[in-house]
Amino acid sequence: MTENATPPLIQFAGVTKRFGALTVLDDFNFEVAPGEKVTLIGPSGSGKSTVLRILMTLEPFQEGRLTLAGMDYQEPAGTGPFKASERHLRDIRSHVGMVFQSFNLFPHMSVMRNVAEAPVRVLGLSRAEAEARALDLLALVGLVDKKDHFPSQLSGGQQQRVAIARALAMRPRVLLFDEPTSALDPQLVGEVLAVIRDLAHEHDLTMLLVTHEMRFAREVSDRVCFFDKGRICEQGSPEAIFTAPSHPRTCEFLASVLG
Amino acid sequence: MQWVSYLPSLAQGALVTAWITLAAIAVGAVLAFVAGIARVEGGRAVSTLALCYTELFRGTSLLVQLFWFYYALPLIGISFEPVATGILVLALHVGAYGSEIVRGALASVSVQQFEAARALNFGRMHTLIHVTLPQAIIEMLPAFGNLAIETLKLSSLVSLISIADLTFRAQSIRNLTLDSAGVYSLTLVGYFAMSLVLMLVMRLIERWARRGAAFPRAAHS
Ligand SMILES: Nc1ncnc2c1ncn2[C@@H]1O[C@H](COP(=O)(O)OP(=O)(O)OP(=O)(O)O)[C@@H](O)[C@H]1O
Ligand SMILES: [Mg+2]
Repeated sequence: MTENATPPLIQFAGVTKRFGALTVLDDFNFEVAPGEKVTLIGPSGSGKSTVLRILMTLEPFQEGRLTLAGMDYQEPAGTGPFKASERHLRDIRSHVGMVFQSFNLFPHMSVMRNVAEAPVRVLGLSRAEAEARALDLLALVGLVDKKDHFPSQLSGGQQQRVAIARALAMRPRVLLFDEPTSALDPQLVGEVLAVIRDLAHEHDLTMLLVTHEMRFAREVSDRVCFFDKGRICEQGSPEAIFTAPSHPRTCEFLASVLG
Repeated sequence: MQWVSYLPSLAQGALVTAWITLAAIAVGAVLAFVAGIARVEGGRAVSTLALCYTELFRGTSLLVQLFWFYYALPLIGISFEPVATGILVLALHVGAYGSEIVRGALASVSVQQFEAARALNFGRMHTLIHVTLPQAIIEMLPAFGNLAIETLKLSSLVSLISIADLTFRAQSIRNLTLDSAGVYSLTLVGYFAMSLVLMLVMRLIERWARRGAAFPRAAHS
């Protein structure tokens, strides 16, 4: 990254993450600027999901320091695996949203309630305000006519679009996408990518995207990071990574996925 | 046609059985949720307490529990009406077995649902009330249906603490008439009819819970 006056929104500084004896992230350093759209690519098991899951506070980490908008994930006197109080974790989470590979919609709630529920329960919006917000977002993802359907009545692509609307309803500064199209039939991938492409134009939204859709990554990202064995092996503009990768591992990986 | 003359007395007994069973199920369901949720969500002390309750009542004889509450408890100055004792003991039984059902159903909600709730910044209470419990309840209903019917059948034990339920009435009539075949056949029919009604009600509740096509794949027919 070039030197920049704006401080990073996200900063991993020497973060180490272990699962038992397995070290998944080892002295990991990574920064994301406000509004930046970053794509993480790399082989299976290289730790891409783990980075997103740590940011979403779904996984704790053992060493190093992680900050978001200047807020430390771990508190000096924090206890438990996260070394932080639940209240502190909720403060952090209020800035971050996540879209999962398997959508994870709430099966017992209509599309409308899936999107409006957290704004009501967590942000304290009135039901009417939350539903107005939800309708705007359902319009954005093209699913207003499905608002009274249940997730089981939607295609995978539609479910994922609802999941994106649901995450956006909390107005996160950072939106994390973990292989959002990997669970979809090929003919449904396009509609989800189209929604994410629109979001990529949102100047203020910071996006971290793990994907195997290389063409798409190239199109929407400001920066592409190639992961290997829990480290960023190479990173740069999409042009640089896709047309002139310098690291042999990157070349190898791209050759294998681009065929 | 001697058996027709048994009917008024047996019907009165059946009403007592129905009342004790329904009251025990209602109170027991509350206990089941409290203990089951405590097992999953409570801190160490609370969940251990709930575990002790569950294992104590699952691990001892219901009949002895009845005798204990009816004959032993008054010795330390606490006594209830027979009917209240019957309802209380049966409710504690439903609560103990039901808490296992609640715990199991809560544990069966996928971890992805918890993660989705966390990503939306739901607190623990909201996650439980709005995300996990509504999904878990659907899973619990068939098992609660079985427990309800089992409770109806077990309620016959209260006849042994001199409650005039269906079984008690049957015994009295038999002692009077010595018509074992007639009396007990009618009694069986009575219990069976009540189970059928319970089963039907549970089906209706299940169908209602699965309304709106939220869960189109019914777990069983
Ligand atoms: N809960 C867990 N317990 C133990 N090991 C885990 C756990 N989650 C992930 N791992 C391990 O951590 C490593 C990194 O996993 P991660 O999911 O971050 O990889 P990834 O880059 O997202 O891979 P993929 O492309 O397959 O999704 C893998 O070796 C994985 O087996
Ligand atoms: Mg992954």
